[in-house]
Amino acid sequence: MSQTVTLRIYRRDPELDSAAKYQNYQIELTPGLTVLMALYHVLENVDKSLAFRASCRSAVCGSCGMHINGKNMLACETQLATLGNEVLIEPLPHLPVLKDLVVDMTTFWDKYERVRPYLIALKEPPPSGKERIQNVEDRKRIDEFIDCILCACCHTSCSTAWWDKEYLGPAALAKMYRFVADSRDEGGAERLKIVASEEGVFRCHTIFNCTEECPKKIPITFGIQEMKKKVMWGKLTGKI
Amino acid sequence: MLKHQVIIVGGGLAGLRAAVECAMLGVDTAVLSLLYPVRSHSGAAQGGINAALANMPECKDDSPAKHAYDTVKGADFLADQDCSETMTTDAPTRIYELEHWGVPFSRTFDGKIAQRPFGGAGYPRTCYAADKTGLYILHTLNEQAVKQRVKVYNEWAALSLASDGAQNHGLVALNLQTGEIGAFAADAVIFATGGAGRIYKRTSNAMQSTGFCLAVAYRAGIPLKDMEFVQFHPTTIIGTNILMTEGARGEGGYIINKDGERFMQRYAAKAMELAPRDIVSRSIQTEINEGRGLPDGGGSVYLDLRHLGREKILERLPGIRDICISFLGLDPIEKPIPIQPGMHFIMGGIDTDKDGATILPGVFAAGECACVSVHGANRLGGNSLLECVVMGQRAGAAAGKFVKGKASALKEAVLNDALKKTSAEVDALLKSSGKERLVTLRDPMQDAMTDQIGIYRDEKPMTEAVALLRELRKRYRNIGVDAKNLKFNLDLLRTIELGGMLDVAEATATGALARKESRGGHSRLDFKTRDDANWMKHTLAYFTPDGARLDYKPVTITKWQPEERKY
Repeated sequence: MSQTVTLRIYRRDPELDSAAKYQNYQIELTPGLTVLMALYHVLENVDKSLAFRASCRSAVCGSCGMHINGKNMLACETQLATLGNEVLIEPLPHLPVLKDLVVDMTTFWDKYERVRPYLIALKEPPPSGKERIQNVEDRKRIDEFIDCILCACCHTSCSTAWWDKEYLGPAALAKMYRFVADSRDEGGAERLKIVASEEGVFRCHTIFNCTEECPKKIPITFGIQEMKKKVMWGKLTGKI
Repeated sequence: MLKHQVIIVGGGLAGLRAAVECAMLGVDTAVLSLLYPVRSHSGAAQGGINAALANMPECKDDSPAKHAYDTVKGADFLADQDCSETMTTDAPTRIYELEHWGVPFSRTFDGKIAQRPFGGAGYPRTCYAADKTGLYILHTLNEQAVKQRVKVYNEWAALSLASDGAQNHGLVALNLQTGEIGAFAADAVIFATGGAGRIYKRTSNAMQSTGFCLAVAYRAGIPLKDMEFVQFHPTTIIGTNILMTEGARGEGGYIINKDGERFMQRYAAKAMELAPRDIVSRSIQTEINEGRGLPDGGGSVYLDLRHLGREKILERLPGIRDICISFLGLDPIEKPIPIQPGMHFIMGGIDTDKDGATILPGVFAAGECACVSVHGANRLGGNSLLECVVMGQRAGAAAGKFVKGKASALKEAVLNDALKKTSAEVDALLKSSGKERLVTLRDPMQDAMTDQIGIYRDEKPMTEAVALLRELRKRYRNIGVDAKNLKFNLDLLRTIELGGMLDVAEATATGALARKESRGGHSRLDFKTRDDANWMKHTLAYFTPDGARLDYKPVTITKWQPEERKY
């Protein structure tokens, strides 16, 4: 017996539509059908004007973060069968919509760039010319945070980032923590100064939306609190 | 008109590495990419990147020369040996540089970069970071590009080059976000746009791996080289064909048929599961064809990791475990994974020398879209990420040298003509009353490539495929699009891309039909052995409106005379 699911998709071109429309599409549920493949089915067979982002379809490129039945997730790794008979698909919240499910990521990337998202090494590479030595335990400390795919599911689930547009937000802070926790990084106090402000780590009110909605299960809130501790210590010792 | 000294098309590993190189040389550099760079398919590479670092106790006497020999033998001796040696010689420097830039490689007990065994390699030579090596390198290179303040044009699709025949002057591109078509003047263009997996139905490649920019170069008169050599990865999960890294076998995973037999003992008794990919894929396909595949699997066998144990899987292979849970609903700690070979990589591509230069001055290419040739007829696992960083750096340096300290000779008129022509073509497509559609031409192309230009090939099905692809190219003239709004118009973009995909598919099939031997990834039932006397040569496909015109050029042999491949 074939089962059908109703996709209820947010449709809007801000230049043409003053408000969003929600359009329904009936989809036959086949084994293994993901939300992303259902969107491709709509695009190719039902409504060719639909706009969404996607590429790898295997949960690694971070293109297809969407707001699905009220939660941010990757469309590509989400099985349609787990979502009930009516599935509401909307763009990531609180970013300007370019068209349908495609949002303007400009501010997201700006914040990423603001945290100096690269390894800062003051000393030259080791005289051997070979790799720096990093022991297994030190390497393990960054295990979770290097998994970030910059999908923006965390950033757009953060209710603090919704109302404070200057707040760096969980994705940029998680990227910062990836370096703060890396034994090879020598950014130290200079790096922490970037986030030692109201718009940095202290704007995090430990709501945990980011951690809950991260498709890669990165403990983002934990990383932000670790940086708060380091910043406070830096302030107490006069380094920041 | 926007202008840069160097424009790099594509923001994956090769493109970003080239961009960082050009920026460090002080050249005005921009990346123009269909995707935000971190969305590129390099990020899906899992298992690792090869370099003879000799970090593991069992590989103390490894060397770039041994790495080159393994590469050339893996290539079934079609690689240009000087080029393979250049790649393996550059390898350690490039890997150490990645580490210095912050790539979080997994570590040995004494804190060095960890290395694992991979197929066709004499030593554990594959440097890895769990099973997400590509992701971590991609993000690190993006970070370096941010640090170097490389300008990036996000979500632009390059549509055509602006060549006057003697020199290239830039390119014409479509801004997906607005629908605007613009011309970019550039003294040098570097293509780094990745593979063409989507000309096949069953592929490990991203939705965006269309190979369209191979057609952009091809249509501008640059030959495509060795396109018939297509790599089928032995282990892609059934249904979606998402990759299960070769690292799974490097860590000790088995491949078993429906009877539970490790059948590789009948095909490569010594190397077993770690024979090169062409051999393992053929072995799996033979098992399936002879009825020893999984009964309900639609052409599959098992990749079995259970004996590796929970701890090793969680530490070394966490990414593929997550994929299995999300896409197959099974945990490889407890159950074997149903897998099948899937199209994975094109050994062929835009014909370049070992500095990424093409025959058209001002156009370079690097990474999977290029063919140097370092991989010959079959690429070894772990050599593609390596090719990206080595050739990205080399192409960046060569393009930088090409543009530096020389007066720009760009002709605006040539660019304006190209812009006018391409804009008119897109306009015609939007206004077309043609009855053909994306799906009506794409699906038969993908089916023909998978079924007839697949793992095993034969005269008759290949002849039919070539005829079909030529027919589809004719029918493409009668194609139309339904979505007319220019903004983020996926229907339009994908229909434009299909035209290029058909050109690339036709060149691939035509090259395959012509090559009357079996070598590496090209395996013919009617010509079962390698024929060095007649076919030790590279195929060059030149674009003509009616299809590929083939020519050939010699293979460079330096140290290693062709021998039989045994594993």
